[in-house]
Amino acid sequence: MAAIELKGLTKVYPGGVKALDSLDLEIPDGEFFALLGPSGCGKTTLLRTIAGLETATGGAIVIGDRDVTGVQPGARDVAMVFQDYALFPHMDVTDNIAYPLRIKKVAKAARAEKAREVGERLGLAHLMDRRPGQLSGGQQQRVALARVMATQAQAFLFDEPLSNLDARLRLEARTFLKKLQRELGVTTVFVTHDQAEALAMADRMAVMENGLIRQIGTPAEVFQRPANTFVASFIGSTPMNLLDGQVRGERLEVAGCKLPVPSSVEGRLSEGEQIVYGVRPEYMTYSAEPVEGAFGGRVSIMENLGAAHLVTLEVNDTLVQVVVPEGSEPPLGAEGFAVPKDGRALVYRDGNVV
Amino acid sequence: MTRHIVGRIGFYTLIALLMAFFTVPLLWLAAAPFTSDPTYEVSLPDFTFTNFQAILEHPYALGSLYNSLLLAVGTAVLVVLLAALAAYALSRVRMPGRDALLYALLLLSSIITGTAAMVPLFQLAVELNLIDSQLGLILILTGGLLPAAIFMLKDFMDSTPKSYEESARVFGASPLQIVGHVVVPLVRPGLATIGVWAIANVWGNFLMPYLLLSDIEKQPGAVIMFTLYTEGGQANLPLLSTFGLLYSVPVVLMYLFVSKKYGFRFHGGIKR
Amino acid sequence: MAQATSHPKARYSADAAGLGTPRAAAFIAPAMALIAVFLVFPALWVIYLGLTNYRLTGLAAAEPQFVGLDNFVKAVSDEGFWNSAWLTVQFVLGSAVIGQVVLGFTIAWLLRDRQGPLKRVVEGLVILAWILPGAVVSFLWIALLDRDGGTLNALLGIPGFAWLLDHPMLSIIIFNTWRGTAFSMMLYGAALGNVPPSHLESARLAGASGWQQLRDVVFPHIRGHILTNLLLISLWTFNDFTPFLLTAGGPDHKSEVLAVHVYNVALRGGELGFGAAVSTIILLINLVVAVFYLRLLRRKS
Repeated sequence: MAAIELKGLTKVYPGGVKALDSLDLEIPDGEFFALLGPSGCGKTTLLRTIAGLETATGGAIVIGDRDVTGVQPGARDVAMVFQDYALFPHMDVTDNIAYPLRIKKVAKAARAEKAREVGERLGLAHLMDRRPGQLSGGQQQRVALARVMATQAQAFLFDEPLSNLDARLRLEARTFLKKLQRELGVTTVFVTHDQAEALAMADRMAVMENGLIRQIGTPAEVFQRPANTFVASFIGSTPMNLLDGQVRGERLEVAGCKLPVPSSVEGRLSEGEQIVYGVRPEYMTYSAEPVEGAFGGRVSIMENLGAAHLVTLEVNDTLVQVVVPEGSEPPLGAEGFAVPKDGRALVYRDGNVV
Repeated sequence: MTRHIVGRIGFYTLIALLMAFFTVPLLWLAAAPFTSDPTYEVSLPDFTFTNFQAILEHPYALGSLYNSLLLAVGTAVLVVLLAALAAYALSRVRMPGRDALLYALLLLSSIITGTAAMVPLFQLAVELNLIDSQLGLILILTGGLLPAAIFMLKDFMDSTPKSYEESARVFGASPLQIVGHVVVPLVRPGLATIGVWAIANVWGNFLMPYLLLSDIEKQPGAVIMFTLYTEGGQANLPLLSTFGLLYSVPVVLMYLFVSKKYGFRFHGGIKR
Repeated sequence: MAQATSHPKARYSADAAGLGTPRAAAFIAPAMALIAVFLVFPALWVIYLGLTNYRLTGLAAAEPQFVGLDNFVKAVSDEGFWNSAWLTVQFVLGSAVIGQVVLGFTIAWLLRDRQGPLKRVVEGLVILAWILPGAVVSFLWIALLDRDGGTLNALLGIPGFAWLLDHPMLSIIIFNTWRGTAFSMMLYGAALGNVPPSHLESARLAGASGWQQLRDVVFPHIRGHILTNLLLISLWTFNDFTPFLLTAGGPDHKSEVLAVHVYNVALRGGELGFGAAVSTIILLINLVVAVFYLRLLRRKS
């Protein structure tokens, strides 16, 4: 097991496209770390650069206390699960799991034994003679996991490990993966474009955009306090309300409503300043009665979220969304008020949180 | 309703005519070998096998089939081996000038045909002392088939995910181990297709061996077949029919094998 | 030690197996060497030969002389060359552009929605004509067309009709149509399979007749395939040497297409220089068609 450290890591593709822009990152030993971002943000390039499948154009990668920047992928002591699992179609499950050991010249009997042991642990015991083509998506994923476990590598790298599973299986696999990682205690970096997946599984995560890391933190930190409007709009299953506003005396004027200045930014704003006011729909309470310091408007759309409703208020031509628990849905067209919870409303100046 | 019936009648008439057009020329090959004393006209065979005796007695017939096999397999092995190496490197490594090279290959394979190159190839064979050399002919045939083979195989390899190789690589496999453990098993269907394609091409090729092999003991089936029906005197129909059949059967079997095993993959130029 | 060091030796970027450029070059080299010696060099040499008075035997065989464009001038003013060129045009237009395309498309269209034995048998027969060795099918047609004992004359009730002697061009055109239709049939079969059924269905719902469906839905969809097919089979037919096996160009040069003409002039007649000039012209024509074809491919991708 080992920590991973990136120092000023840069990757420029031939043709000048900057996929990674001088990244610094420390992943402590045993952590389950997520790389999250929209497609094209560089998260997969970063993972592949750690694996050695891409060559860094600048900076350094340290695994444990070894600088592996110029080292061949096979000599880095990492193991990787690919998005399509890359199980060799011409080998059965045993041979697939044992393949890394075959490369390490482990005797045939010993590696079959190891494959059986790992396979058993992942519930594959009855499938060991099958070819990957005869397995379901979930089984294939577990074979791919078994294969990296057989390597006993210093770190695991997962590229979108859940994206090839159907929606139901994905939730199950999420729990399974998290449990497995905890038990093995191997430093694991995984790439995903699904913010819910990253929030659910990771110990810590990095949100990336255009080759840059926009925020690093625990899922709770990133969800509650997005460092910038990009992260704010990317994280969360319902989009965060990001509304233009202005500082007016002791109040903020947003969408024509007067709101109290959040306590976290008190004294750090100047009069008349243009700001962006950010608050998640989940961090507001709904009231049918007029409330001081709230968004007041007309209920224009209701969306069912299952156990709650997402209510869209039309507030002076601006749309503000608020989550309402089941049982207290307002009728369409009614007058309603959304009250930001103190400590959960954020103010952004030039795109960054104040 | 009547329109429908007229349409059906029209359809089956057309199909029957087409089938007749494509079947009638083939009938002789099916019937004559099994007919005692066959003539040019197709007649119902009496299912004799005496005609095959003629093959055994002919001094060059069986030998020519062996020569065909030698040329075809020799060329196919060379084509598959060399094309696979080149196609793999071209598919996986982005080298400077790669696209231009591929374009040139495609262009070459379509413009330099046996017809256009027969004069200089004959000259070349004379200069290099390759007349009557089966190895020389194999090399010339290989050179002619390689561009198309490289192109088809590269296409095939491009459609094979790279993640298999990358995965093996992260586990520490060396490039040669990757090729041996992963790439060759994965592209085996492509290699088989190209092999069969090359064999079929050489097996049926008449011009090059006709041009470059004058020693009758070295000539393949195509040339012997031609000699059998153009040499003076009355054509030996029992011999021609049985030899033609024996010489054709491997091609048909190969076709059946390929279409059964891989489905008839449409490669644009599976046969030229 | 772990400072921002750069790694200019991008040893394995864009290289899935970590092969590296030197090894990759070594993989490509043997194939390229064979292609260079036995394909490219002959093509270049034929141009040079065309500029000499090379002969198979005699004085000029030992010491060929540079004669400039004489051979080309001779070719262009030679009646035999123009005769062959005209016959080649007939051969390509008749057997490929008309025969194979029309027949191939017709079969593909008739069988487009069919499954089962009928389709398999018809396709199998057409493909059989294509895959059997040229030397064998040539003789099958010689037998079929034989003046006195041939099956065709017996079927048509016209004994003594000398197909190969009196109508050699017609014979090789029909022969080559028969031999080469399979490619067009398969290509159009694949193309028709790619016409979205919903387009045909909406045309049918709008009341379009069979012909209207063909014109308005099918042809616009497969236009690219038709062009590809035309260029490829024209190229192949143009370079086809099989007529030699049937008529050897005769009688009296009446079926001597260019491919056969080159052979007869250069290798039978021994005039290598003159034959090379004709070969060069063939190469140029091939080049023009191939460039058209590759342009088309590139536009499609």
